[in-house]
Amino acid sequence: MINTNDILETIKMFEEEHLDIRTVTMGISLLDCIEPNIDRACEKIYEKIMRYAENHVKTGEDIEKRYGIPIINKRISVTPISFLAASTKGADVIKFALALERAANETGVNYIGGYSALVHKGFSAGDRALIESLPRALAATNKVCSSVNIGSTAAGINMNAVALMGEIIVNAAKATVDNSCFGAAKIVVFCNAVEDNPFMAGAFHGTGEPDVVINVGVSGPGVVRAAVAKMPTATLDEIAETIKRTAFKITRMGQLVGSAASKALDIPFGIVDLSLAPTPAVGDSVAYILEEMGLEKCGTHGTIAALALLNDAVKKGGVMASSSVGGLSGAFIPVSEDAGMIKAVECGALTLEKLEAMTAVCSVGIDMAVVAGDTPPETIAAIIADEAAIGMVNNKTTAVRIIPAIGKVTGEMLEFGGLFGSGPVMPLSKWSAQKFIKRGGRIPSPLQSLKN
Amino acid sequence: MRAVITVIGKDTIGILAQISTVCAQSSANVMDVTQTILQDLFAMTMLVDISKCNIPFEEFSAQLKKQGEGMNLKIHVMHEDIFNSMHRI
Repeated sequence: MINTNDILETIKMFEEEHLDIRTVTMGISLLDCIEPNIDRACEKIYEKIMRYAENHVKTGEDIEKRYGIPIINKRISVTPISFLAASTKGADVIKFALALERAANETGVNYIGGYSALVHKGFSAGDRALIESLPRALAATNKVCSSVNIGSTAAGINMNAVALMGEIIVNAAKATVDNSCFGAAKIVVFCNAVEDNPFMAGAFHGTGEPDVVINVGVSGPGVVRAAVAKMPTATLDEIAETIKRTAFKITRMGQLVGSAASKALDIPFGIVDLSLAPTPAVGDSVAYILEEMGLEKCGTHGTIAALALLNDAVKKGGVMASSSVGGLSGAFIPVSEDAGMIKAVECGALTLEKLEAMTAVCSVGIDMAVVAGDTPPETIAAIIADEAAIGMVNNKTTAVRIIPAIGKVTGEMLEFGGLFGSGPVMPLSKWSAQKFIKRGGRIPSPLQSLKN
Repeated sequence: MRAVITVIGKDTIGILAQISTVCAQSSANVMDVTQTILQDLFAMTMLVDISKCNIPFEEFSAQLKKQGEGMNLKIHVMHEDIFNSMHRI
């Protein structure tokens, strides 16, 4: 029989340390729904999503009951809609967003991602129409999430798209000003976007993926923090070892749930995403793990070293726990969703500049950061460009999900509620990057050899 | 399908009897039991076969939890696979 201490450790993870499965995301290809007639295409989309995902939520709930493991979200990701918009010239692409929303409501999933475009080297037919529709589409829907890939290591950075996204993000916030500017929180701007990410708002179903697939994202910062808290005098290599072991256990839960869902739905199992996704619940915070390691406040000197250790140890532990690891896999640092990050910003320990630097060693990027409502679009574009450059040069995924809080100034709070938490408005540099952004064009891809 | 029942709380007379009764009423077969005292707390783990259980798993779990509340004990019922996948390679 299993050791009593092991059993109690597991129970404690669920009961006290907020261990849960953040999401079971079903990826569905919509390539066979491409149609010149948009209404017909929307019908096909709805029909295909319903065909595969009809029992997605119920299956998730059954697994929750069977294993007693909370699955917080059930989600769907689809082929980037710009591929479908490419053949519906002149039609109002917002109809696609409404079709996705309808399917999401009907299946009961929490979010549906893939109202997306990939424009890292340039715009093709459909891309521009889709991107320009974002403020309206995200205001007209609740569950639809969007992402735009504006750069990659191989292609460089499409600065025309960067400039456009600066404007789109501001307009999306303005269009949803009555709803905490939430439109902007449903847009992620990527460099080196991945095709199998189960996490929102950046999930989409890549063209290299099978027709339909199940991907799983775990949570678990609380468990890692509790493990680190038990070793107040340990050396950092000992801490790394403990984080590895803990990440292994967390990831095994993801693997178990993913396999069970895949079997029950008769859909192939894709990947487990090893990201530590924090929640606003006290204790379930990536910032608190860093502070537990010995930083007085997240954001101070030493934060990047601590985060690098954490991120690497999580991957090393997780890789062996799952048959297939993918997605973003690392430590997320979404400001508004992490109680420790919110506190660190409020007391001035954590600034946007430090967050940028942290993204060089963590999995994604500037996430759920709130800035003043009067921030010029060019400044937001410049933040995107900086972040994309970090991703492009370091051969990693970076992203920006930034929310201009319309009508609010530095120091005020923007409340989202639920898993999205609340974000303090962060100060930005007052110096303009307008001329740089207005130049447009492309930043060429970086040299990947001559590394000495 | 097998489940692990854990019982944690202050040691009192009849814990094993009460829990076993709930198992028997639900046709859950007790396969193994271990008991220890952990930091002054009574801790019992039970491995039960619930493949012939006459009520759904959540109901079985809820009944045991309710039984525990009456005796000031914390009772958890979880699928054996969770522990096997987490603690065994």
